[in-house]
Amino acid sequence: MIADITFGQFFPAKSPIHRMDPRVKLVLVVLMIVFMFLAKNFFGLGVMVAFTVAAMLLSKVPMKLYIKSVKPVLFIIAFTSLINLFYGSGEPLWQFGFLRITLNGIFNALFIVIRITALIMISALLTFTTSPTQLTDAIERLLKPLAKLHVPVHEFAMMMTIALRFIPTLLEETDKIMSAQKARGADLESGGLIDRVKALIPILIPLFVSAFRRAFDLATAMECRCYHGGEGRTKMKVLHVSGGDVLSLGLSCLACAVVIVCNFVFPSLR
Amino acid sequence: MAILETKDLTYVYGQGTPFERTAVDHVNISIEEGEFLGVIGHTGSGKSTLIQMLNGLLRPTSGQVLLDGEDIWKDPKQIRRVRFRVGMVFQYPEYQLFEETVLKDICFGPKNMGLSDEQAEECARQAAHFTGLKPELLEKSPFELSGGEKRRAAIAGVIAMDPDVLILDEPTAGLDPNGRDVLLSQILSYHQQRKNTILLVSHSMEDIGRTADRLLVMNSSHAEMLDTTRRVFAQSDRLESIGLRVPQITRIMTELRRRGFPVDESTLTVEEALRQLIPYLKGEIQ
Repeated sequence: MIADITFGQFFPAKSPIHRMDPRVKLVLVVLMIVFMFLAKNFFGLGVMVAFTVAAMLLSKVPMKLYIKSVKPVLFIIAFTSLINLFYGSGEPLWQFGFLRITLNGIFNALFIVIRITALIMISALLTFTTSPTQLTDAIERLLKPLAKLHVPVHEFAMMMTIALRFIPTLLEETDKIMSAQKARGADLESGGLIDRVKALIPILIPLFVSAFRRAFDLATAMECRCYHGGEGRTKMKVLHVSGGDVLSLGLSCLACAVVIVCNFVFPSLR
Repeated sequence: MAILETKDLTYVYGQGTPFERTAVDHVNISIEEGEFLGVIGHTGSGKSTLIQMLNGLLRPTSGQVLLDGEDIWKDPKQIRRVRFRVGMVFQYPEYQLFEETVLKDICFGPKNMGLSDEQAEECARQAAHFTGLKPELLEKSPFELSGGEKRRAAIAGVIAMDPDVLILDEPTAGLDPNGRDVLLSQILSYHQQRKNTILLVSHSMEDIGRTADRLLVMNSSHAEMLDTTRRVFAQSDRLESIGLRVPQITRIMTELRRRGFPVDESTLTVEEALRQLIPYLKGEIQ
Protein backbone atom coordinates (compact mmCIF):
# COMPACT_ATOMS: atom_id res chain seq x y z
CA MET A 1 0.00 0.00 0.00
CA ILE A 2 1.21 3.49 -0.78
CA ALA A 3 0.52 4.75 2.73
CA ASP A 4 3.19 2.42 4.05
CA ILE A 5 5.98 4.19 2.21
CA THR A 6 7.50 6.59 4.69
CA PHE A 7 8.83 9.44 2.70
CA GLY A 8 11.84 11.50 3.72
CA GLN A 9 13.16 9.19 6.33
CA PHE A 10 13.31 11.80 9.05
CA PHE A 11 13.28 10.06 12.43
CA PRO A 12 12.49 12.58 15.16
CA ALA A 13 14.61 12.12 18.28
CA LYS A 14 16.64 14.18 20.71
CA SER A 15 20.30 13.53 20.05
CA PRO A 16 23.47 15.56 19.60
CA ILE A 17 23.34 14.73 15.89
CA HIS A 18 19.76 16.00 15.57
CA ARG A 19 20.76 19.22 17.28
CA MET A 20 23.64 19.92 14.90
CA ASP A 21 23.42 22.76 12.42
CA PRO A 22 22.09 21.23 9.18
CA ARG A 23 24.65 23.20 7.13
CA VAL A 24 27.52 21.69 9.10
CA LYS A 25 25.94 18.25 8.87
CA LEU A 26 25.54 18.53 5.11
CA VAL A 27 29.11 19.70 4.57
CA LEU A 28 30.48 16.99 6.86
CA VAL A 29 28.57 14.22 5.12
CA VAL A 30 29.87 15.36 1.74
CA LEU A 31 33.39 15.53 3.20
CA MET A 32 33.06 12.02 4.66
CA ILE A 33 31.84 10.61 1.36
CA VAL A 34 34.76 12.19 -0.50
CA PHE A 35 37.26 10.75 1.94
CA MET A 36 35.64 7.33 1.82
CA PHE A 37 36.53 7.37 -1.86
CA LEU A 38 40.00 8.77 -1.22
CA ALA A 39 40.86 6.02 1.27
CA LYS A 40 43.12 3.58 -0.51
CA ASN A 41 43.42 0.83 2.09
CA PHE A 42 41.57 -0.85 4.93
CA PHE A 43 43.21 1.35 7.56
CA GLY A 44 41.95 4.60 6.12
CA LEU A 45 38.52 3.14 5.39
CA GLY A 46 38.44 1.68 8.92
CA VAL A 47 38.82 5.18 10.36
CA MET A 48 35.88 6.39 8.26
CA VAL A 49 33.74 3.40 9.23
CA ALA A 50 34.54 3.89 12.91
CA PHE A 51 33.60 7.54 12.60
CA THR A 52 30.32 6.70 10.86
CA VAL A 53 29.38 4.00 13.37
CA ALA A 54 30.12 6.36 16.27
CA ALA A 55 27.84 9.01 14.74
CA MET A 56 25.14 6.38 14.11
CA LEU A 57 25.24 5.30 17.74
CA LEU A 58 25.05 8.94 18.85
CA SER A 59 22.01 9.61 16.65
CA LYS A 60 19.61 7.47 18.75
CA VAL A 61 18.04 6.15 15.56
CA PRO A 62 17.45 2.37 15.83
CA MET A 63 20.15 0.34 14.07
CA LYS A 64 17.38 -1.65 12.41
CA LEU A 65 16.45 1.40 10.33
CA TYR A 66 20.03 1.85 9.12
CA ILE A 67 20.21 -1.77 8.09
CA LYS A 68 16.89 -1.40 6.29
CA SER A 69 18.22 1.58 4.32
CA VAL A 70 20.89 -0.63 2.71
CA LYS A 71 18.25 -3.03 1.39
CA PRO A 72 17.35 -1.14 -1.83
CA VAL A 73 20.99 -1.10 -2.99
CA LEU A 74 21.77 -4.63 -1.92
CA PHE A 75 21.75 -5.76 -5.54
CA ILE A 76 24.22 -3.07 -6.62
CA ILE A 77 26.54 -3.93 -3.76
CA ALA A 78 26.42 -7.63 -4.61
CA PHE A 79 26.94 -6.96 -8.31
CA THR A 80 29.92 -4.60 -7.99
CA SER A 81 31.65 -6.74 -5.41
CA LEU A 82 31.14 -9.83 -7.55
CA ILE A 83 32.76 -8.13 -10.54
CA ASN A 84 35.67 -7.01 -8.38
CA LEU A 85 36.01 -10.50 -7.03
CA PHE A 86 36.89 -11.82 -10.47
CA TYR A 87 39.13 -8.98 -11.61
CA GLY A 88 41.87 -9.08 -8.99
CA SER A 89 45.53 -9.35 -9.92
CA GLY A 90 48.10 -11.89 -8.73
CA GLU A 91 48.10 -15.65 -8.28
CA PRO A 92 44.67 -17.26 -8.73
CA LEU A 93 43.38 -19.21 -5.72
CA TRP A 94 40.65 -20.83 -7.78
CA GLN A 95 40.04 -20.93 -11.48
CA PHE A 96 37.20 -22.07 -13.70
CA GLY A 97 37.47 -21.13 -17.36
CA PHE A 98 37.85 -17.39 -17.54
CA LEU A 99 36.67 -16.94 -13.95
CA ARG A 100 39.54 -16.65 -11.50
CA ILE A 101 39.56 -15.58 -7.91
CA THR A 102 42.69 -14.11 -6.36
CA LEU A 103 43.46 -12.97 -2.83
CA ASN A 104 43.63 -9.43 -4.15
CA GLY A 105 40.20 -9.88 -5.73
CA ILE A 106 38.68 -11.01 -2.45
CA PHE A 107 40.13 -8.00 -0.67
CA ASN A 108 38.90 -5.66 -3.38
CA ALA A 109 35.38 -7.09 -3.20
CA LEU A 110 35.33 -6.78 0.57
CA PHE A 111 36.63 -3.22 0.31
CA ILE A 112 33.84 -2.25 -2.09
CA VAL A 113 31.16 -3.80 0.13
CA ILE A 114 32.38 -1.89 3.17
CA ARG A 115 32.78 1.36 1.24
CA ILE A 116 29.31 1.35 -0.34
CA THR A 117 27.63 0.26 2.90
CA ALA A 118 29.38 3.04 4.83
CA LEU A 119 28.37 5.48 2.11
CA ILE A 120 24.70 4.52 2.40
CA MET A 121 24.86 4.59 6.19
CA ILE A 122 26.26 8.10 6.39
CA SER A 123 23.76 9.46 3.86
CA ALA A 124 21.01 7.74 5.84
CA LEU A 125 22.40 9.37 8.97
CA LEU A 126 21.87 12.75 7.35
CA THR A 127 18.30 12.08 6.21
CA PHE A 128 17.32 10.33 9.46
CA THR A 129 18.45 13.19 11.64
CA THR A 130 17.59 16.19 9.46
CA SER A 131 14.06 17.11 8.45
CA PRO A 132 13.55 17.94 4.75
CA THR A 133 12.85 21.58 5.60
CA GLN A 134 16.08 21.87 7.56
CA LEU A 135 17.91 20.29 4.67
CA THR A 136 16.58 22.71 2.05
CA ASP A 137 17.28 25.56 4.44
CA ALA A 138 20.87 24.40 4.70
CA ILE A 139 21.17 24.08 0.93
CA GLU A 140 19.79 27.57 0.50
CA ARG A 141 22.29 29.04 2.95
CA LEU A 142 25.22 27.17 1.46
CA LEU A 143 24.33 28.26 -2.07
CA LYS A 144 23.77 31.87 -1.06
CA PRO A 145 27.01 33.14 -2.61
CA LEU A 146 25.53 32.14 -6.00
CA ALA A 147 22.82 34.77 -5.54
CA LYS A 148 25.51 37.36 -6.36
CA LEU A 149 25.69 35.77 -9.80
CA HIS A 150 21.90 36.31 -10.14
CA VAL A 151 21.08 32.67 -9.52
CA PRO A 152 17.62 32.67 -7.86
CA VAL A 153 18.78 30.58 -4.90
CA HIS A 154 15.86 31.43 -2.64
CA GLU A 155 13.31 30.60 -5.30
CA PHE A 156 14.95 27.25 -5.98
CA ALA A 157 14.98 26.46 -2.27
CA MET A 158 11.31 27.47 -1.99
CA MET A 159 10.42 25.24 -4.92
CA MET A 160 12.26 22.36 -3.31
CA THR A 161 10.57 22.91 0.03
CA ILE A 162 7.14 23.01 -1.60
CA ALA A 163 7.86 19.92 -3.67
CA LEU A 164 9.01 18.02 -0.59
CA ARG A 165 6.06 19.25 1.41
CA PHE A 166 3.57 18.04 -1.19
CA ILE A 167 4.96 14.58 -1.80
CA PRO A 168 3.16 13.02 1.20
CA THR A 169 0.02 15.00 0.38
CA LEU A 170 -0.04 13.78 -3.20
CA LEU A 171 0.72 10.22 -2.10
CA GLU A 172 -2.27 10.36 0.20
CA GLU A 173 -4.36 11.80 -2.60
CA THR A 174 -3.23 9.03 -4.96
CA ASP A 175 -4.19 6.46 -2.37
CA LYS A 176 -7.66 7.99 -2.02
CA ILE A 177 -8.24 8.16 -5.77
CA MET A 178 -7.01 4.59 -6.18
CA SER A 179 -9.44 3.42 -3.51
CA ALA A 180 -12.29 5.33 -5.12
CA GLN A 181 -11.59 3.84 -8.55
CA LYS A 182 -11.09 0.37 -7.10
CA ALA A 183 -14.48 0.76 -5.45
CA ARG A 184 -15.85 1.30 -8.96
CA GLY A 185 -14.22 -1.93 -10.05
CA ALA A 186 -11.01 -0.57 -11.57
CA ASP A 187 -8.60 -3.46 -12.02
CA LEU A 188 -5.08 -2.23 -11.35
CA GLU A 189 -3.38 -5.52 -10.70
CA SER A 190 -3.90 -7.73 -13.71
CA GLY A 191 -3.65 -7.61 -17.47
CA GLY A 192 -0.81 -6.97 -19.89
CA LEU A 193 1.34 -3.88 -20.20
CA ILE A 194 -1.15 -1.91 -22.32
CA ASP A 195 -4.04 -2.79 -19.98
CA ARG A 196 -2.04 -1.64 -17.01
CA VAL A 197 -1.09 1.66 -18.59
CA LYS A 198 -4.74 2.20 -19.55
CA ALA A 199 -5.77 1.41 -15.98
CA LEU A 200 -3.63 4.33 -14.81
CA ILE A 201 -5.68 6.93 -16.69
CA PRO A 202 -8.55 7.03 -14.16
CA ILE A 203 -5.94 7.69 -11.47
CA LEU A 204 -3.60 10.11 -13.21
CA ILE A 205 -6.24 12.50 -14.54
CA PRO A 206 -7.89 13.20 -11.18
CA LEU A 207 -4.43 13.40 -9.62
CA PHE A 208 -3.26 16.05 -12.09
CA VAL A 209 -6.48 18.01 -11.71
CA SER A 210 -6.09 18.02 -7.95
CA ALA A 211 -2.37 18.88 -8.09
CA PHE A 212 -3.14 21.93 -10.24
CA ARG A 213 -5.99 22.92 -7.93
CA ARG A 214 -3.65 22.71 -4.94
CA ALA A 215 -0.96 24.69 -6.75
CA PHE A 216 -3.36 27.51 -7.59
CA ASP A 217 -4.71 27.53 -4.03
CA LEU A 218 -1.21 27.68 -2.61
CA ALA A 219 -0.17 30.48 -4.97
CA THR A 220 -3.24 32.50 -3.98
CA ALA A 221 -2.60 31.90 -0.29
CA MET A 222 1.03 32.98 -0.65
CA GLU A 223 0.07 36.12 -2.52
CA CYS A 224 -2.54 36.94 0.10
CA ARG A 225 0.27 36.99 2.63
CA CYS A 226 2.33 39.28 0.36
CA TYR A 227 5.03 36.71 -0.38
CA HIS A 228 7.63 38.20 -2.72
CA GLY A 229 10.67 35.99 -2.84
CA GLY A 230 14.07 36.24 -1.21
CA GLU A 231 14.89 39.96 -1.21
CA GLY A 232 15.03 41.27 2.37
CA ARG A 233 13.35 38.18 3.80
CA THR A 234 14.19 37.16 7.37
CA LYS A 235 14.08 33.65 8.81
CA MET A 236 11.95 32.38 11.65
CA LYS A 237 14.54 29.78 12.55
CA VAL A 238 18.00 31.32 12.22
CA LEU A 239 20.70 28.69 11.94
CA HIS A 240 23.45 28.87 14.56
CA VAL A 241 26.78 27.11 14.57
CA SER A 242 27.24 25.87 18.14
CA GLY A 243 30.18 24.47 20.12
CA GLY A 244 29.12 20.93 19.24
CA ASP A 245 29.23 21.78 15.56
CA VAL A 246 32.77 23.14 15.85
CA LEU A 247 33.80 20.05 17.79
CA SER A 248 32.37 17.65 15.20
CA LEU A 249 33.93 19.72 12.42
CA GLY A 250 37.31 19.42 14.13
CA LEU A 251 36.91 15.69 14.72
CA SER A 252 35.95 15.07 11.12
CA CYS A 253 38.92 17.05 9.81
CA LEU A 254 41.14 15.00 12.10
CA ALA A 255 39.63 11.76 10.76
CA CYS A 256 40.18 12.95 7.20
CA ALA A 257 43.79 13.81 7.98
CA VAL A 258 44.26 10.29 9.39
CA VAL A 259 42.93 8.88 6.13
CA ILE A 260 45.51 10.82 4.15
CA VAL A 261 48.29 9.71 6.49
CA CYS A 262 47.13 6.09 6.17
CA ASN A 263 47.23 6.41 2.40
CA PHE A 264 50.92 7.32 2.58
CA VAL A 265 52.04 5.04 5.38
CA PHE A 266 50.26 1.81 4.43
CA PRO A 267 50.34 0.18 1.01
CA SER A 268 47.42 0.71 -1.34
CA LEU A 269 45.15 -2.23 -2.13
CA ARG A 270 45.93 -2.45 -5.80
CA MET B 1 -31.62 -11.63 7.31
CA ALA B 2 -28.20 -10.14 7.74
CA ILE B 3 -26.61 -9.15 4.45
CA LEU B 4 -23.31 -8.03 5.98
CA GLU B 5 -21.80 -9.32 9.18
CA THR B 6 -18.48 -8.79 10.87
CA LYS B 7 -16.76 -11.26 13.16
CA ASP B 8 -14.11 -9.86 15.52
CA LEU B 9 -13.12 -7.48 12.75
CA THR B 10 -9.81 -5.77 13.54
CA TYR B 11 -7.56 -3.46 11.58
CA VAL B 12 -4.13 -2.28 12.68
CA TYR B 13 -2.29 0.47 10.80
CA GLY B 14 1.49 0.24 10.47
CA GLN B 15 1.78 -3.10 12.20
CA GLY B 16 5.29 -3.74 13.46
CA THR B 17 6.39 -0.09 13.22
CA PRO B 18 6.66 2.50 15.99
CA PHE B 19 3.52 4.12 14.53
CA GLU B 20 1.29 1.07 15.11
CA ARG B 21 -2.32 2.02 15.79
CA THR B 22 -5.45 -0.10 16.08
CA ALA B 23 -8.21 1.61 14.11
CA VAL B 24 -10.89 -1.04 14.43
CA ASP B 25 -10.84 -3.40 17.39
CA HIS B 26 -12.88 -6.63 17.46
CA VAL B 27 -16.04 -5.22 15.96
CA ASN B 28 -19.03 -7.56 15.73
CA ILE B 29 -21.99 -6.07 13.93
CA SER B 30 -24.67 -7.35 11.64
CA ILE B 31 -26.37 -5.25 8.98
CA GLU B 32 -29.87 -6.33 7.95
CA GLU B 33 -30.93 -6.57 4.34
CA GLY B 34 -32.90 -3.53 3.21
CA GLU B 35 -32.20 -1.34 6.22
CA PHE B 36 -30.95 2.24 6.28
CA LEU B 37 -28.11 2.24 8.77
CA GLY B 38 -26.59 5.46 10.03
CA VAL B 39 -22.96 5.40 11.18
CA ILE B 40 -21.78 8.10 13.56
CA GLY B 41 -18.63 8.59 15.56
CA HIS B 42 -15.99 11.09 16.44
CA THR B 43 -13.21 11.85 13.93
CA GLY B 44 -10.70 9.01 14.27
CA SER B 45 -13.17 6.60 15.83
CA GLY B 46 -12.59 4.04 13.09
CA LYS B 47 -15.66 4.65 10.91
CA SER B 48 -13.75 5.09 7.65
CA THR B 49 -11.54 2.08 8.25
CA LEU B 50 -14.57 -0.03 9.11
CA ILE B 51 -16.52 0.85 5.98
CA GLN B 52 -13.46 0.32 3.78
CA MET B 53 -13.22 -3.22 5.09
CA LEU B 54 -16.88 -3.87 4.37
CA ASN B 55 -16.29 -3.67 0.60
CA GLY B 56 -12.85 -5.22 0.58
CA LEU B 57 -10.76 -2.12 -0.04
CA LEU B 58 -8.85 -2.86 3.14
CA ARG B 59 -8.02 -6.38 4.16
CA PRO B 60 -8.69 -6.96 7.86
CA THR B 61 -5.69 -7.63 10.10
CA SER B 62 -7.83 -10.28 11.76
CA GLY B 63 -11.48 -11.24 11.85
CA GLN B 64 -13.93 -11.62 8.98
CA VAL B 65 -16.46 -9.75 6.90
CA LEU B 66 -19.34 -11.97 5.83
CA LEU B 67 -21.43 -11.02 2.80
CA ASP B 68 -24.54 -13.23 2.70
CA GLY B 69 -22.77 -15.44 5.23
CA GLU B 70 -19.65 -15.92 3.13
CA ASP B 71 -16.20 -14.55 3.97
CA ILE B 72 -15.40 -11.91 1.34
CA TRP B 73 -11.68 -12.78 1.44
CA LYS B 74 -12.26 -16.49 0.89
CA ASP B 75 -10.93 -16.04 -2.65
CA PRO B 76 -8.90 -12.80 -2.85
CA LYS B 77 -9.00 -12.98 -6.66
CA GLN B 78 -12.76 -12.49 -6.60
CA ILE B 79 -12.68 -9.39 -4.39
CA ARG B 80 -13.84 -7.18 -7.27
CA ARG B 81 -17.18 -9.00 -7.26
CA VAL B 82 -17.63 -7.93 -3.64
CA ARG B 83 -16.91 -4.33 -4.60
CA PHE B 84 -19.65 -4.46 -7.23
CA ARG B 85 -22.15 -5.75 -4.68
CA VAL B 86 -21.09 -3.36 -1.92
CA GLY B 87 -20.85 0.08 -3.54
CA MET B 88 -18.82 2.76 -1.85
CA VAL B 89 -19.08 6.53 -2.24
CA PHE B 90 -16.09 8.21 -0.64
CA GLN B 91 -15.95 11.63 0.96
CA TYR B 92 -15.71 14.36 -1.68
CA PRO B 93 -16.25 11.80 -4.46
CA GLU B 94 -16.12 14.51 -7.16
CA TYR B 95 -12.31 14.20 -7.13
CA GLN B 96 -12.56 10.78 -8.79
CA LEU B 97 -14.13 12.07 -12.04
CA PHE B 98 -11.85 11.63 -15.04
CA GLU B 99 -13.69 10.86 -18.30
CA GLU B 100 -14.42 13.14 -21.24
CA THR B 101 -18.14 13.24 -20.56
CA VAL B 102 -20.24 12.74 -17.48
CA LEU B 103 -22.04 9.82 -19.11
CA LYS B 104 -18.78 8.00 -19.87
CA ASP B 105 -17.63 8.58 -16.30
CA ILE B 106 -20.80 7.10 -14.84
CA CYS B 107 -20.37 4.14 -17.23
CA PHE B 108 -16.91 3.36 -15.80
CA GLY B 109 -18.27 1.14 -13.01
CA PRO B 110 -20.84 -0.79 -15.08
CA LYS B 111 -18.26 -1.38 -17.83
CA ASN B 112 -15.80 -2.75 -15.28
CA MET B 113 -18.57 -5.19 -14.36
CA GLY B 114 -18.42 -6.45 -17.92
CA LEU B 115 -21.66 -4.93 -19.23
CA SER B 116 -21.95 -4.01 -22.91
CA ASP B 117 -21.84 -0.35 -23.94
CA GLU B 118 -25.63 -0.19 -24.36
CA GLN B 119 -26.34 -1.85 -21.02
CA ALA B 120 -23.81 0.37 -19.25
CA GLU B 121 -25.35 3.47 -20.76
CA GLU B 122 -28.80 2.34 -19.69
CA CYS B 123 -27.56 1.87 -16.10
CA ALA B 124 -25.82 5.24 -16.22
CA ARG B 125 -28.93 7.10 -17.37
CA GLN B 126 -30.99 5.45 -14.65
CA ALA B 127 -28.41 6.30 -11.98
CA ALA B 128 -28.26 9.89 -13.21
CA HIS B 129 -32.03 10.04 -12.87
CA PHE B 130 -31.87 8.70 -9.29
CA THR B 131 -29.38 11.37 -8.26
CA GLY B 132 -31.33 14.14 -9.99
CA LEU B 133 -28.68 14.87 -12.62
CA LYS B 134 -30.28 16.65 -15.58
CA PRO B 135 -30.01 14.62 -18.84
CA GLU B 136 -28.48 17.55 -20.76
CA LEU B 137 -25.49 17.52 -18.37
CA LEU B 138 -24.56 13.98 -19.36
CA GLU B 139 -22.79 15.03 -22.54
CA LYS B 140 -20.74 17.72 -20.81
CA SER B 141 -17.22 17.34 -19.44
CA PRO B 142 -17.35 16.54 -15.72
CA PHE B 143 -14.96 19.44 -15.10
CA GLU B 144 -17.54 21.94 -16.42
CA LEU B 145 -20.13 21.05 -13.78
CA SER B 146 -20.78 22.93 -10.57
CA GLY B 147 -19.67 21.47 -7.24
CA GLY B 148 -23.08 20.01 -6.42
CA GLU B 149 -23.51 18.56 -9.91
CA LYS B 150 -20.08 16.96 -9.77
CA ARG B 151 -21.04 15.36 -6.47
CA ARG B 152 -24.22 13.93 -8.03
CA ALA B 153 -22.30 12.65 -11.04
CA ALA B 154 -19.81 10.89 -8.77
CA ILE B 155 -22.53 9.31 -6.64
CA ALA B 156 -24.32 8.22 -9.83
CA GLY B 157 -21.08 6.50 -10.86
CA VAL B 158 -21.45 4.13 -7.91
CA ILE B 159 -25.24 3.78 -8.04
CA ALA B 160 -24.90 2.77 -11.72
CA MET B 161 -23.35 -0.51 -10.60
CA ASP B 162 -26.65 -1.22 -8.84
CA PRO B 163 -25.03 -2.43 -5.61
CA ASP B 164 -27.02 -4.41 -3.04
CA VAL B 165 -25.36 -2.40 -0.30
CA LEU B 166 -24.53 1.26 -0.83
CA ILE B 167 -22.10 2.93 1.56
CA LEU B 168 -22.02 6.73 1.54
CA ASP B 169 -19.28 8.52 3.46
CA GLU B 170 -20.53 12.02 4.27
CA PRO B 171 -22.23 12.56 0.92
CA THR B 172 -23.49 16.02 1.88
CA ALA B 173 -20.23 17.49 3.22
CA GLY B 174 -19.51 20.90 1.76
CA LEU B 175 -22.91 21.34 0.08
CA ASP B 176 -25.20 24.28 0.78
CA PRO B 177 -28.24 23.61 3.05
CA ASN B 178 -30.61 23.30 0.11
CA GLY B 179 -28.25 20.97 -1.75
CA ARG B 180 -27.96 18.79 1.36
CA ASP B 181 -31.73 18.46 1.75
CA VAL B 182 -32.31 17.64 -1.90
CA LEU B 183 -29.48 15.10 -2.05
CA LEU B 184 -30.65 13.38 1.14
CA SER B 185 -34.25 13.15 -0.13
CA GLN B 186 -32.95 11.65 -3.35
CA ILE B 187 -30.90 9.07 -1.50
CA LEU B 188 -33.94 8.26 0.62
CA SER B 189 -36.25 7.86 -2.36
CA TYR B 190 -33.62 5.75 -4.14
CA HIS B 191 -33.54 3.54 -1.05
CA GLN B 192 -37.33 3.26 -0.98
CA GLN B 193 -37.57 2.40 -4.67
CA ARG B 194 -34.67 -0.03 -4.82
CA LYS B 195 -35.21 -1.50 -1.32
CA ASN B 196 -31.46 -2.01 -1.00
CA THR B 197 -29.29 -1.62 2.06
CA ILE B 198 -27.74 1.78 2.73
CA LEU B 199 -25.00 2.80 5.13
CA LEU B 200 -24.76 6.53 5.69
CA VAL B 201 -21.75 7.94 7.51
CA SER B 202 -22.40 11.48 8.66
CA HIS B 203 -21.44 14.07 11.21
CA SER B 204 -24.82 15.71 10.89
CA MET B 205 -27.16 14.26 13.50
CA GLU B 206 -30.05 16.01 11.75
CA ASP B 207 -29.33 14.13 8.52
CA ILE B 208 -29.04 10.85 10.41
CA GLY B 209 -32.21 11.51 12.42
CA ARG B 210 -34.14 12.14 9.21
CA THR B 211 -33.00 9.07 7.34
CA ALA B 212 -31.68 6.16 9.39
CA ASP B 213 -33.71 3.22 10.72
CA ARG B 214 -30.87 2.02 12.90
CA LEU B 215 -27.71 3.64 14.12
CA LEU B 216 -24.18 2.36 14.66
CA VAL B 217 -22.11 4.44 17.05
CA MET B 218 -18.34 4.03 16.79
CA ASN B 219 -16.15 5.14 19.66
CA SER B 220 -12.36 4.71 19.93
CA SER B 221 -12.18 1.72 17.55
CA HIS B 222 -15.15 -0.11 19.12
CA ALA B 223 -18.78 -0.46 18.13
CA GLU B 224 -20.29 1.40 21.07
CA MET B 225 -23.99 1.03 20.23
CA LEU B 226 -26.10 -0.52 17.48
CA ASP B 227 -29.80 0.06 17.92
CA THR B 228 -32.78 1.85 16.42
CA THR B 229 -32.17 5.53 15.84
CA ARG B 230 -34.78 6.49 18.41
CA ARG B 231 -33.29 4.35 21.15
CA VAL B 232 -29.77 5.61 20.45
CA PHE B 233 -30.77 9.25 20.43
CA ALA B 234 -32.77 8.73 23.65
CA GLN B 235 -29.41 8.28 25.40
CA SER B 236 -28.15 11.81 24.95
CA ASP B 237 -25.93 11.69 28.05
CA ARG B 238 -24.07 8.64 26.84
CA LEU B 239 -23.63 10.18 23.38
CA GLU B 240 -22.33 13.41 24.82
CA SER B 241 -19.83 11.55 26.99
CA ILE B 242 -18.19 10.25 23.79
CA GLY B 243 -18.19 13.63 22.10
CA LEU B 244 -21.35 13.25 20.03
CA ARG B 245 -24.70 14.92 20.36
CA VAL B 246 -28.32 14.30 19.47
CA PRO B 247 -30.21 16.30 16.80
CA GLN B 248 -31.02 19.84 17.94
CA ILE B 249 -34.74 19.17 17.82
CA THR B 250 -34.32 16.10 20.04
CA ARG B 251 -32.48 18.24 22.55
CA ILE B 252 -35.28 20.79 22.59
CA MET B 253 -37.91 18.11 23.06
CA THR B 254 -35.93 16.45 25.86
CA GLU B 255 -35.65 19.80 27.61
CA LEU B 256 -39.39 20.48 27.17
CA ARG B 257 -40.18 17.12 28.69
CA ARG B 258 -37.88 17.86 31.60
CA ARG B 259 -39.88 21.04 32.19
CA GLY B 260 -43.12 19.12 32.41
CA PHE B 261 -44.52 18.92 28.86
CA PRO B 262 -45.56 15.35 28.04
CA VAL B 263 -43.86 15.30 24.62
CA ASP B 264 -41.96 12.39 23.10
CA GLU B 265 -38.28 12.85 23.97
CA SER B 266 -37.08 10.68 21.13
CA THR B 267 -38.46 13.01 18.50
CA LEU B 268 -36.06 13.04 15.56
CA THR B 269 -37.36 15.55 13.02
CA VAL B 270 -38.79 19.04 13.06
CA GLU B 271 -41.97 17.76 11.36
CA GLU B 272 -42.61 15.28 14.16
CA ALA B 273 -41.99 17.98 16.75
CA LEU B 274 -44.41 20.30 15.00
CA ARG B 275 -47.17 17.69 15.10
CA GLN B 276 -46.75 17.45 18.85
CA LEU B 277 -46.29 21.12 19.60
CA ILE B 278 -48.92 22.81 17.44
CA PRO B 279 -51.82 21.66 19.66
CA TYR B 280 -50.09 23.39 22.60
CA LEU B 281 -49.55 26.56 20.69
CA LYS B 282 -53.15 26.61 19.54
CA GLY B 283 -54.20 26.19 23.15
CA GLU B 284 -55.99 22.92 22.51
CA ILE B 285 -54.08 21.22 25.30
CA GLN B 286 -53.14 23.00 28.53
